[in-house]
Amino acid sequence: MAKANATWKEANIAGMVLEPGSAAEYETGTWRVQRPVHDAGKCTHCMMCWVFCPDSCIIVKDGRWQEFDYFHCKGCGICASVCPVKVEAHEVTGKPGKVIQMTDEKK
Amino acid sequence: MVVSTKRALEGAHASAEAMRQINPDVVAAYPITPQTAIVQTYSQYVADGEVDTEFIAVESEHAAMSACIGAAAAGGRVMTATAANGLALMWEELYIAASMRFPIVMSCVNRALSAPLNIHCDHSDSMGARDAGWIHLFSETGQEAYDNTIQAVRIAEHPDLLLPVMVMQDGFITGHAVELVEVADDASVKHFVGSYTPQHSLLDIDHPKTFGAWDLYDYYFEHKRQQTDALSKAMKVIVDVGDEFGRTFGRKYGAFEAYGMDDAEMAIVVLSSTAGTCRTVIKEFRKKGVKVGLLKLRVFRPFPADELAAALQGLKAVAVLDRSISFGSMQGAGPVFLELCAALYAAGVRTKAVNYIYGLGGRDVLPADVERVVQELQQLADTGKVASLVSYLGLRE
Repeated sequence: MAKANATWKEANIAGMVLEPGSAAEYETGTWRVQRPVHDAGKCTHCMMCWVFCPDSCIIVKDGRWQEFDYFHCKGCGICASVCPVKVEAHEVTGKPGKVIQMTDEKK
Repeated sequence: MVVSTKRALEGAHASAEAMRQINPDVVAAYPITPQTAIVQTYSQYVADGEVDTEFIAVESEHAAMSACIGAAAAGGRVMTATAANGLALMWEELYIAASMRFPIVMSCVNRALSAPLNIHCDHSDSMGARDAGWIHLFSETGQEAYDNTIQAVRIAEHPDLLLPVMVMQDGFITGHAVELVEVADDASVKHFVGSYTPQHSLLDIDHPKTFGAWDLYDYYFEHKRQQTDALSKAMKVIVDVGDEFGRTFGRKYGAFEAYGMDDAEMAIVVLSSTAGTCRTVIKEFRKKGVKVGLLKLRVFRPFPADELAAALQGLKAVAVLDRSISFGSMQGAGPVFLELCAALYAAGVRTKAVNYIYGLGGRDVLPADVERVVQELQQLADTGKVASLVSYLGLRE
């Protein structure tokens, strides 16, 4: 990716992206107005959120849910929508609902 | 050593002949009158195995330019041709080709835009695309259409530019008129255009890259600034290539051709085939001692503002002949006039300028029409008073 805030003389012409996979370096987490939060204690690791996340922001290791990639997560809420595990009191929000819930993004 | 042959060719066939000698990697085109003679002739060259070109017979001009863009992204040397409504249908892709900096070369055989339906010449088609980011070269004759097509490849592919080039000729008047054209030998043309190796291409699979990506408020502006910078460098490249073409083939080209301008007090500025009529009329007035000259504009984009202002400085009056209207502009003037007025104002040149709209939808412009222009120029030069900023030639009033 071209260096951040390149001037018009420095930027690649026509917006050509000359390195593959450079979208990983582009922070889209700043677009988020709602932030997903996860209840690790009650998660069954069913991976529905991993399957449905359109931005590959569910980080999984050895078949176990690890964390959200907040650098790229745009806060679309699909993970919270598809999460099938109900909780009576979420460990982060304290509210009833699902293992993944959406909260207001604090700027 | 260039060996030229004089051949009787229609303007469109002269363009197709230049394309045959250039032998581009890909031609994607759709036939439309009066451009059909180019694509039809070229597809015959392909069918006969005279070229190596991959010819893509597309379903529309929108598809034609889209295929050209894809082929250019892949790294090919790409050409096409169109006219009028076909060019209008390419509208979206014209901008994309220029913005993606693909050196596509396209013949545009100027024809009036509908409606009412009309297949004959005016410049409303290419003038509608004047802000799309292409270089615009206009040709007076079949010879110039041939020469401009060859030079366009070198101009477009110049590493400082990487801009698409449109080569215009007047529909029917030039496109379908048989004239003598000096055709150079194939080897000399191939040597002049050289080979094309793009710095970046999608088929360079060892270096994967992305073209045409999402480009928001954080970079789009910088990329537009780069485009206008490239166009600002284009005139030097056009003149350099025109000089080299002159040294190689004996016909030199610049931003415009000046005729009788050395001691001129008045001038006519015009594009394409009408320059021939103007030259003939001016020759007659010159015999009578009337100091009138001709500036035949070859390059419309980038507009040679400084060069024209310098050429017209000190003159008493100039008439700009426009074969299209910029509807809703100052008094409904034509695009060449509007650009020229801006150029004169910016340079502080106070030469009086008036505009004549002529030849719309193929209406003949006759020597008598140009004589009227010269006579009115004389009145303007004498009085300094503009009787009418925008007038019409050959219109029933």
